[in-house]
Amino acid sequence: MNILEVKNLKIWDSQTGKGIITNSSFQLKQGSCLGIVGESGSGKSVTCRSIMRLNKPPLRQSGNILFKGEDLNTLSEKDMRRRRGKNLCMIMQSGMSAFDPSNVIGVHLHETLSEHFGWNKAQVAEKMGHAMRSVMLENPLEMMNKYPHQLSGGMLQRTMIALSIVLEPDIIIADEPTTALDAISQFEVVDQFVKLRKQMGSSIIFVSHDLGAVKKMADEVLVMKDGEIVDRGDIQSIFSESQHEFTKYIVSARMALSGNFNNLMRSV
Amino acid sequence: MGSYIIKRLISAIPLLFIISLITFGLINLSPMDPAKVVLEAQGVPKITEELIAQTKADLGMDKPFIIRYFDWVVACLHLDFGTSYVTGKPVWSLIGPAFLNTLKLTTVSSAAIIVLSILLGVACALTAGRLIDKSVRGLSFFLTAMPSYWLASLLIWYFSVHLDLLPTSGMASVEHYILPVTVITVSYVGIYFRFVRSSMLSNLNEDYVLYGRACGLSEWKVTMHILRNSLQVAVSIFCMAIPIILGSTVVIENVFAWPGLGSLSVRSILNRDFPIIQAYVLILAAAFVLFNTISDIINAAMNPKLRNGL
Amino acid sequence: MRIFMNLCKDKLAIASLVFIAVLITAGLFAPVFAPHNPEEVNMSLRYAGPSWEYILGNDHLGRCILSRIIYGIRPSVLWVFAALFISVLIGSILGFLAGYFRGKNDAFIMKLCDVLLSFPGYVMALALVGLLGVGLENILIAFILIKWAWFARVIRTSVMQYAELDYIKFAKASGISHGKIIWKHIVPVTFSDIAVISSSSMGTMILQISGFSFLGLGVQAPQAEWGMMLNEAREVMFTRPELMLAPGLAIVLVVMALNFLSDSLQVALDPRLLNSNKGNQVMAPVSKIKIQEKEVPN
Repeated sequence: MNILEVKNLKIWDSQTGKGIITNSSFQLKQGSCLGIVGESGSGKSVTCRSIMRLNKPPLRQSGNILFKGEDLNTLSEKDMRRRRGKNLCMIMQSGMSAFDPSNVIGVHLHETLSEHFGWNKAQVAEKMGHAMRSVMLENPLEMMNKYPHQLSGGMLQRTMIALSIVLEPDIIIADEPTTALDAISQFEVVDQFVKLRKQMGSSIIFVSHDLGAVKKMADEVLVMKDGEIVDRGDIQSIFSESQHEFTKYIVSARMALSGNFNNLMRSV
Repeated sequence: MGSYIIKRLISAIPLLFIISLITFGLINLSPMDPAKVVLEAQGVPKITEELIAQTKADLGMDKPFIIRYFDWVVACLHLDFGTSYVTGKPVWSLIGPAFLNTLKLTTVSSAAIIVLSILLGVACALTAGRLIDKSVRGLSFFLTAMPSYWLASLLIWYFSVHLDLLPTSGMASVEHYILPVTVITVSYVGIYFRFVRSSMLSNLNEDYVLYGRACGLSEWKVTMHILRNSLQVAVSIFCMAIPIILGSTVVIENVFAWPGLGSLSVRSILNRDFPIIQAYVLILAAAFVLFNTISDIINAAMNPKLRNGL
Repeated sequence: MRIFMNLCKDKLAIASLVFIAVLITAGLFAPVFAPHNPEEVNMSLRYAGPSWEYILGNDHLGRCILSRIIYGIRPSVLWVFAALFISVLIGSILGFLAGYFRGKNDAFIMKLCDVLLSFPGYVMALALVGLLGVGLENILIAFILIKWAWFARVIRTSVMQYAELDYIKFAKASGISHGKIIWKHIVPVTFSDIAVISSSSMGTMILQISGFSFLGLGVQAPQAEWGMMLNEAREVMFTRPELMLAPGLAIVLVVMALNFLSDSLQVALDPRLLNSNKGNQVMAPVSKIKIQEKEVPN
């Protein structure tokens, strides 16, 4: 069963008339994880935001985005807003800038959860506390009273994951969730994602140019280049037997890198 | 936080010192002999050398510069700014009430400017590139190019002479405030709403706006977050604006015959009444430094990053 | 050349440029353009309306308003240009000294600027006029003394940006003289910044200086100056309000043209702004200094 079906998605800049996504179609199966890889500027983030209908005004989109059979592209803004967070949840690249810098992070958590569930502060604290502990964040209550700049990027990233655990969305869209982190935090965050998937059975769209993370997470992979999907397939075939030049190129680049790293490690 | 305020206030002291030194020194830079100015200002018919020497001794001008400076600073701290060359009255008795009048005008105008700038800035940022934004910005282009005294004269002609609705001059009642405040507001809103607008627009591109929307927050709530962050910049700018407005009501006060600092200072300049000019510059410069300091403190208080670092 | 091409795309900017060029020419050759002697009193023509001989009519002394406007370009616009040029020049020299050589000079110049900028500029100009005495020259001197500090500071920032670049460091290391580096490599790139900041102060300065004249602190009668003309017109405002129109509109048009030009110049020099919705410049930390410059729209 496909939970999300994107058909003929086109995105263009209405000011310059320049096309950004020329014509994309892809599906996300219930409970599976779709990886999207590609260079920066290849249209991965724009694709993700178009599913949430959150691209900036000069960008326009057309095509069908069928979520459980319902076309998100034709929904009213009000109905769409109700699905954001509740059905479709996003995890941003940089936790540091994702929370309002002038408020403690609890404010955002409370606003989101009271919007969707009408919870009061105590309920939010209880549920969030539980979820935050499950992603290895100690002292959740203390954390919720801190400003973003007082926490680390990895902690904020895990807070976003914890929020999505509480929201129990059908689809989680993670846009480069590990890129801004150091190696150890990266490992922890990916680890949390894997657990999250096992626990909740949510479907996940996982965007990254870190092929290692994608390999660990994804069942199927889309390879994007210059706004087009140039290659697709399940994780094994993409990594080992892809026929496409560009895919081979990025996989080999990754291998060369990690090969280099392994060599270095061995020589130490 | 408390220690920051104290630190910031102390750091303003050397600046005040330099300001007072320059203000005092300026009189001595004047190409004219102050004693001669005094005599001329008092309308003495025949100015002789003895008379000049006599006046110098009377005013203590024969003492060395440093001693005069310190005497003056100590006196100023007691609000004793000397006596007017022209009327012979104490400067404070002239400048005090005038300052109060200007302060009234400035307070009302500043409030109007701040409220309107925020409203227009927010409206324009939210409709960026669309009709409201374009027309407000177009209009502001025209209004900021207008000499305020010209606008004032046009308004007086239309509302006071043609329609006979509002008084032309003085400050007796609330109605007297309407025209001067309108003119001051119009000339400044065009500048300050742009700061609110551009600050809002740069915040609109922040990640937290996207994440807020992605979590399904209502547009109203997202806007309030943007506003909260944009106003941090705006507040310090507005704080800076108040002394600027205080200093620039000169022209408007003259047009509307507002009995404030502006009218007084221009009259003093025309009469070369130095002690009043001196006191005027000193008071406004001190206000400038004070508001600058307050602006920094408010900024620090509003920004959690700064606040916690203190 | 590219800058000029960009500027050409903007019709409003071209119109403004032409307007200002015509105005400057008219001001420079005022005796040629003005139909009458601006100071010629003719009491039989007091308050006369527009006629073919006197296109804009006559004032309270029967003088030709059009001729007075044309002669008024000199003190109202040309002299302000000159004053602005001098203060930008002082600001540039000190800004370059501070930004390029850094060190003690820099610290000293910046301290000086800080002190000057901590005075409210408009009030200081007023005070200087009070000390030096009434007159246009003194107003101009006061403005030069006050404005240079702001220019010096902005230009220093601009110079510092470029002086840190690798190719400048390379030029220094390869033993090219400082004068040559500044002249050949830094002046051309900072020139655009200087052009933008000076053009954006021009409108404000015209307004402020005409305001001083309006208060009777500047040009003295019978010489023609726009602010002065408005001051004279104010005396008869209740009976002859139409006398306020010509000089007032002259100021509005010049200032608007200058502001348009300055905005377009900014876009032409930095084409990024064109695509990202004109005028959305992100607030730089210099905003606090900026605001002081935008002081008084009199």
